[in-house]
Amino acid sequence: MSAVVASGLTDFLGDAVDLQVQVDAIGLGAIFALMAVGIGLVFGVLRLVNFAYGQLIMAGGFALAFASERGWPVAVGIALCFFVVLGLSVAMERAVFRPLRTQSPAVMLIATFAVAFLLQSIALLWFGPLGKTAASLAQLNRPVSIGDVDIRKISIVAIVTAAVCLALLLVVLNRTSLGLHMRAAAMDFQTARLLGVRANLVSAAAVLISGVLAAVVAVMLTVQFPTVTPGFALRETIVVLAGVVVGGMTRLGSATLGGFAIGYASGVLGGALPTAQSQYLPSFVFGVVILVLLVRPGGLFTRGRPAVERV
Amino acid sequence: MTPRALVQLAAPAGLVLAATLLGATVSRSTEIYFINALVAVSIVVALYVFVGNSGVLSFGHISFVAVGAWAAGVLSVPEQEKPAFMPYLFDFLRDTTVGNVPSLLAAGVAGGVFALLVGLPLMRLSGLAAGIATFAVLEITSNILRYYEKIGPGLNTFSSVPETTDLAQAAIGALVVIVAAFAYQRSRFGRQLRATREDPAAARAVGVSIYRQRLGAFALSGFLAGLAGGLYVHFLPINVDAVYLDLTFITLAMLVIGGTTSLWGAVVGALAVSGLDSLLANAENGLDVLGWTLEVPAGTRIIVVSALMALVLILRPSGLTGGRELSLDPVWRRLRPS
Repeated sequence: MSAVVASGLTDFLGDAVDLQVQVDAIGLGAIFALMAVGIGLVFGVLRLVNFAYGQLIMAGGFALAFASERGWPVAVGIALCFFVVLGLSVAMERAVFRPLRTQSPAVMLIATFAVAFLLQSIALLWFGPLGKTAASLAQLNRPVSIGDVDIRKISIVAIVTAAVCLALLLVVLNRTSLGLHMRAAAMDFQTARLLGVRANLVSAAAVLISGVLAAVVAVMLTVQFPTVTPGFALRETIVVLAGVVVGGMTRLGSATLGGFAIGYASGVLGGALPTAQSQYLPSFVFGVVILVLLVRPGGLFTRGRPAVERV
Repeated sequence: MTPRALVQLAAPAGLVLAATLLGATVSRSTEIYFINALVAVSIVVALYVFVGNSGVLSFGHISFVAVGAWAAGVLSVPEQEKPAFMPYLFDFLRDTTVGNVPSLLAAGVAGGVFALLVGLPLMRLSGLAAGIATFAVLEITSNILRYYEKIGPGLNTFSSVPETTDLAQAAIGALVVIVAAFAYQRSRFGRQLRATREDPAAARAVGVSIYRQRLGAFALSGFLAGLAGGLYVHFLPINVDAVYLDLTFITLAMLVIGGTTSLWGAVVGALAVSGLDSLLANAENGLDVLGWTLEVPAGTRIIVVSALMALVLILRPSGLTGGRELSLDPVWRRLRPS
């Protein structure tokens, strides 16, 4: 018995340190980190958990599929994807987030829940349950050989894109006055307003940046999973939300780290665990979420005592 | 009981009775919608017992519905039918078969005990953390019920559960849940919990334990949700996806649209949304309204319901009823001007 476990463990460890698995896991972690930034940024400024974030990505995926089915060039498809996702983000901000800004976080969470179902059911009505295929970027899924390991191009693209996006975001947040306003609003919205930060501007900016990230994620996810269904990115969003909470919602850095960690962990576990054992993976992940909420409500990667009634 | 309290119980109970009577006059195929609405009332009122009185959001109540449905379903399928779709059951589950009422009770107890166990650690949380944690409970429950075939059918559908939830049983179930919710909210425990909702600091200052009151309400609410799950599985052959995200969403929508903080709101919301939903379901197949044929594409229902929910949240965040119990005081005042 113990010999079986031991050999299983060696297999598992062998798979887990496999460079290919590592790079794929880091690639997945990078995508999840971008989603975590998108969710964390809006949460920081608006104190709003955007449950509908996955549906934004889904809409972007359908835009790409729409373009690819008509044989449009890749660049046009990506432009359409950005256009659709940003348009939806702005509409969402104007129609739902802004009027509800003064409500409690719980009410806003339910509202984004409603928006998520709205978008998903519209997609279901429009495209059907089987969805569409976005194939124009499929060649990125092919491996390149570096030394004696094969690495899928998309993993490299994802890592580089995520790094560039995060660097740009850091520049915006730390070097521009808009970024300063957003950080001020994230610290204390009321006081920031009193000091002349324009509430609508920072809220729109946060939602827009988060929309840009959603579009980027949509492009990269459709490469990995070319079939876009109405439930596209829903699982990923739920997992990222868990990661953001585990990392710590109140700081963008810890939220991002949480998103990356959960993406990386599920990449490694999904690549190395046999199916029979990975079917309870969600239970394990959400068990960890509950544990973290109980033991460190502020998140794993935050320092100091968390503010009790922050949320 | 004061007349005012009597109205607060009679109004929701009367609405349920009216829906039942209306359901008894229509054809069998339409009756299904009324039974469905009554089961929805049970679930939403169970949800209200915790969410409404405590002001803490729960995305996890459908897991209690699911556990109740599993308990009632597994226990009431005839023994010879069990191996067909539940071949891996534990021996005692395989060899035990109970009747309608015991299986409903078992559903309630299963939901209540599960909620108590989950609540022991979770009731320390509030606000967003509570929302996320209860959502995690839903994910875990759904994941386990989906793959753990020793306690149920796994991915299979609950076929051959005796369909004992007819109009009468659904109505009795809904009334039982309403009376329990009413009795609870008038008890000292219910009042203490409502006090913690309005002002946690003040409630603490007068010696109310927020944790204990929330835990009690959570367990009671889990019991009622389990019971509702029992009613549900005796009504339709459900599977694990029927008691997951969609049901979570639609029941929360009903509660929010009706008005989260009152029993009256919970019942009004459940019946109004169910009514609209059934109407649209009919319209998806073509519906005759006064000579006009109303026809909408399939899938419109959930769009309308979610848009309605977002609209209510934006325009009237306290719901259709304003989150108040029905009161005849304004009517009295008009009748007897003083």
